Amino acid sequence: MKHRRITPIMFLLPGCIILGAFIFYPMIQAIWLSFTNYNMVQQNPDFVGVANYKELFADALFWKVLGQTLLYLIIAVPALVFLPIFLAILVNQQLKGITFFRSIYYLPVVTSMVVVGIAWKWMYADQGVLNYLLETVGLINEPIHWLTSTSTSLFAVMAVTVWKGLGYYMVIYLAGLQAIPSNLYEAAEIDGASKWRQIIHITIPLLMPSIMIVTIMSSISAMKVFEEIYVMTQGGPLNSSMTLVYYIYNEAFESLEMGFASAAGVILFIVTLMFSIVNIAFMNKREQAMKG
Amino acid sequence: MEQNSGALKQNPKPNVPIEDRQNPKSDPTVIKGPRKKTKPTQRKVIQKAAAYITLIFVSLIMVGPFLWLLATALKSGSENIFAYPPKFIPESPTLSNFTAVLEYFPFFTYLMNSTIVAVLTVGANLLFCSLAAYPLARMNFRGKNIVFILIISTMMIPFQLLMIPIYILALNLGLQNTYLGLVLPHATTAFGIFLMRQAFLTIPYELDESARMDGANAFQVWWKILMPLVRPSLVTLAIFTFMMAWGDFLWPLIILNDQSMYTLPLGVQSLQGNFSSNWRYIAAGSIISVLPIIIVFAILQRYFIAGAMKGAVKG
Repeated sequence: MKHRRITPIMFLLPGCIILGAFIFYPMIQAIWLSFTNYNMVQQNPDFVGVANYKELFADALFWKVLGQTLLYLIIAVPALVFLPIFLAILVNQQLKGITFFRSIYYLPVVTSMVVVGIAWKWMYADQGVLNYLLETVGLINEPIHWLTSTSTSLFAVMAVTVWKGLGYYMVIYLAGLQAIPSNLYEAAEIDGASKWRQIIHITIPLLMPSIMIVTIMSSISAMKVFEEIYVMTQGGPLNSSMTLVYYIYNEAFESLEMGFASAAGVILFIVTLMFSIVNIAFMNKREQAMKG
Repeated sequence: MEQNSGALKQNPKPNVPIEDRQNPKSDPTVIKGPRKKTKPTQRKVIQKAAAYITLIFVSLIMVGPFLWLLATALKSGSENIFAYPPKFIPESPTLSNFTAVLEYFPFFTYLMNSTIVAVLTVGANLLFCSLAAYPLARMNFRGKNIVFILIISTMMIPFQLLMIPIYILALNLGLQNTYLGLVLPHATTAFGIFLMRQAFLTIPYELDESARMDGANAFQVWWKILMPLVRPSLVTLAIFTFMMAWGDFLWPLIILNDQSMYTLPLGVQSLQGNFSSNWRYIAAGSIISVLPIIIVFAILQRYFIAGAMKGAVKG
């Protein structure tokens, strides 16, 4: 289409100014800050080379936090990838009132993490509902200190992350399920395939594109967990529920060591980038293997 | 064209009798004995019952924690909220915790702050993203691909890395404790530009061309021809952005220290500090704070869920 050379620039300008000022410029500055001793007290920083990175790699807490973040990925991501598939199958049935149930399952998604965190903090209380239910069923004999014990706090917070995310990923899978032609299931039924076999042999393979999207989305968001930790445990007890973003936040806005925190931020960036690339490559390979 | 559509229309027709044959049970004339007649329906009833039981069980898991919070908020001061086993139904339900917490908790200030921030963020995104998406979808210019790749690449950069320099920048610009400071960093998103570009790509070029022949300029084509046609995508983007802005916690936590500027999530979080262990008030305040979004969700739930589905397919 004919247009003056300046026309596309006029359209792009407002958005690009914002992306430039609040993403590209900060990105460059974050990398630069990570090589300085910038803090809120001394605002004219000196270039310190890789000192921040050296200090970071020598910090036992950093490795602990990184390990806990990876644990988050290893446990929360598979849960967020597989559990919502069954929820989606559950709410994909032609039943009266099914949209009501879909909305109910989506409710934790629209609720702010702060309220979700408070609600679960109350559920996790020593004399709370969760301990009571588990005791009634006979799974435990005495109350577990979910959020105040170093052995459970990380997993307790993780469970909340998963619980809040279920509805969102369920909806993504629901879109995927509705694109699967129903005559495939009809044919399988004639062949006498059980519901379970239908899920394994029809639903899961045809849902692969959605599974890929959910894997990438949930890994990236698992790398960035912050709010649930801030609201429920503040990283404690003894840093047992602290993850990388919480560590960055603490260093930058509690200790005010912006340069050092930026170095940790750069590590976060590299790890998330690696995960997206590995995820995409891995899923592509699998998809090709399934086709071939 | 006509042949194609004819083939498409004819295709399902021969399928219909096949589908009928595939399911002989549904045809009453095929069924031989009375036993076989009742069995499938019985099985269906059991299946349906099992489905509803599962649905309700999962529902309890998904709303249980909220209901327990509500039950606690409704318990009067004379009732022990730490009773064990827990009492799920309040003995004498009262609203006194709600009225009491509202005296300390400036709910309406927080609600107004949240609303202003969410509305401004949504408005800015709708405008800036669809402006930027237009040339990327419908014009040819040098560097177009580079611009597009640069925009998309911003999705890979975590905000948690950027928050430190953005904080310093916002301080230098005097944006601390201002609405502008809350809105600007999220005023344009790569996701929004991508979504709107996809929407513009689906509209036939003939529409622009005929409008151009009638003397419309590029801006008029964008505003008068294209924008009305991409309304569904605008709704999707609006809901996505609204959810992001409404629930945002980390950035307001960093950039606000003046309580009167707090958005709802920060306000609720401050309850935990102010009423350290008064769980009746914390619960009541939390319940009040989720009412607005639950009301909005109840009214617009169709768009919320359809929007998330569409966003997933496209994004």
